Amino acid sequence: MNLFRELFFDYTLRTVALGAGSLGAVSGTLGAFAVLRRQSLLGDAISHAALPGIVLAFLLTGSKNTLVLVLGAAVAGWIGMLFVLSVVRGSRIPSDSALGIVLSVFFGLGLVLLTYTQRLPTASQAGLDTFLFGQAATLLMRDVAVIAGLGAVAVMAVAVFWKEFKLLSFDPEFGATLGVPMRSMEIVLTTVLVVAIVIGLQTVGVVLMSAMVVAPAAAARQWTNRLGRMVLLSALFGAAAGVSGALISASTRNLPTGPTIVLAATVIVALSMAFAPERGLVWAGIRRRRSRRAIQVDAVLEDLFALAQQHEDGTHGHPVAVLEAMSGGRTGVEATLRVLESRRLARRLPDDAWALTPEGLREAEARRSTRSSTA
Amino acid sequence: MNAGAAIEVNDLTVAYREQPVLWDVDMTVPQGVLAAIVGPNGAGKTTLIKAILGLIPKAAGEILIHGQPYAEQRRLVAYVPQRGSVDWDFPTNVLDVVMMGRYGALGWVRRAGRREREHAMAALEKVDMVSFADRQISQLSGGQQQRVFLARALVQDARVYLMDEPFQGVDAKTERAIVTVLQALRAAGDTVVAVHHALQTVPEYFDWVMLLNVRRVAAGAVAEVFTDENLRTTYGGRVPFLNGAVVEGAA
Repeated sequence: MNLFRELFFDYTLRTVALGAGSLGAVSGTLGAFAVLRRQSLLGDAISHAALPGIVLAFLLTGSKNTLVLVLGAAVAGWIGMLFVLSVVRGSRIPSDSALGIVLSVFFGLGLVLLTYTQRLPTASQAGLDTFLFGQAATLLMRDVAVIAGLGAVAVMAVAVFWKEFKLLSFDPEFGATLGVPMRSMEIVLTTVLVVAIVIGLQTVGVVLMSAMVVAPAAAARQWTNRLGRMVLLSALFGAAAGVSGALISASTRNLPTGPTIVLAATVIVALSMAFAPERGLVWAGIRRRRSRRAIQVDAVLEDLFALAQQHEDGTHGHPVAVLEAMSGGRTGVEATLRVLESRRLARRLPDDAWALTPEGLREAEARRSTRSSTA
Repeated sequence: MNAGAAIEVNDLTVAYREQPVLWDVDMTVPQGVLAAIVGPNGAGKTTLIKAILGLIPKAAGEILIHGQPYAEQRRLVAYVPQRGSVDWDFPTNVLDVVMMGRYGALGWVRRAGRREREHAMAALEKVDMVSFADRQISQLSGGQQQRVFLARALVQDARVYLMDEPFQGVDAKTERAIVTVLQALRAAGDTVVAVHHALQTVPEYFDWVMLLNVRRVAAGAVAEVFTDENLRTTYGGRVPFLNGAVVEGAA
């Protein structure tokens, strides 16, 4: 709880939490559309493509002002994005190849420029390399203002173009027949995605920023079947991952922020994949086990009934091995028998033999007759 | 120019990587008919519909809807795409998809409200899907998906409906529901043009037909042009599932 007190009173921590929280909320909002449009990799390409823009902005202006660097990042990311969109539209190169090319070429160029600037005699370039893996501890209120200001513009664009972005994500051809300029809308949405990405680069870094686009949205999709709720949840998850990751990183020496935030997002994704109702793997596993159990109970009941009919005396016991052989060597026959016992449909006789109870006999008969009537 | 035509296509040519997909096609669909476009795979049926809607650039040609260029008459035209063209796992429900048909009329920024909802429910009524309004779309059968798409087009209150294989792989209930809707549209004086595969149902469902195989083979009233000879020309001699569907005595 110490952390909570510090969050309110420690200026640095509060700044870090505010900055990381707002960038997470914005990337989560836009990430929802990127994931639904199956363009998760576009975020990766944009963030990597932004690196040369950051370094060039510094080289041209000599300033490390956040707004200047973010603008440089945005211009480079935007050029990379337009390159991908036009390559996909105008050539036979598939989109994943186009993304791969843009990502590696721009990132390579960025690294070369970064190495070059670090050899410059002045010391003013120091710290540019934190853009690789992110550094939340250096966030100033000024930076947070840039993140929140640009982020608010991005989120407002989503609110204004809500219908158009939904059409673009679900059925762009139908949208075009309604007279909505889908190509312009695609450029607007991707531009806003660029904004959402570049405001996170200082904190999360170019290498891992795309995880902040994909992870909250992928987690949110698990919990809901409505677009509006998915976008809200995604923003919430992004903010939660941002705040918790940045705080952990800022309160530990030499722990880079990007990886910490991404790990926090990963925890959210893992929990969502496991426990979300309907889509959660845990519930799906339980459902699968239940139905398997039900089928097994049915089969063993059927087998016991068949055995009972072969003997005059319905209460005659049969060893587990016989039932196992009848079920084709399936395992778990004994466990299934115990389930039947607990439902008072079968009972255990001495020497590990099993027989149907009178209730079990009726139940088996009833099931057989419903089966034959539906068949 | 034919003022009474719902759709007039003149000299339409569409090429895909220099290969002509449609070559010099003319088509004049009169108002108030149910028209089928038939032809073998790769004949350009879907391309023709998409070219009319401006979704595919045309190499040459002119397209008029009720006598005016398509761009000026967009509001008069509704489109029912193949249902396989979208991801049905998208996070939305039936009512929301149907309301998308109103997005064009709503314009920028304005959200769908009560009026749009009532409009959409009325369309769902027509396709017998009212009880599915709140259903997540991933839980629909193929026929139900098709009826949702049809309802989405109905809320556009268009005069011309372009449908890409509305009967493809649907159940009997859906097929009847679609036929009922089509007949209601015709009775209201609207025009429907549908890409259609099942030749044997052409005379039963449609009253106008276009036989297409890159070029126009024939077009006109079913009773006049849906002949054995024309079908043989369209399908290159191998006519599938005819079984006497051809108009008697016309051949």
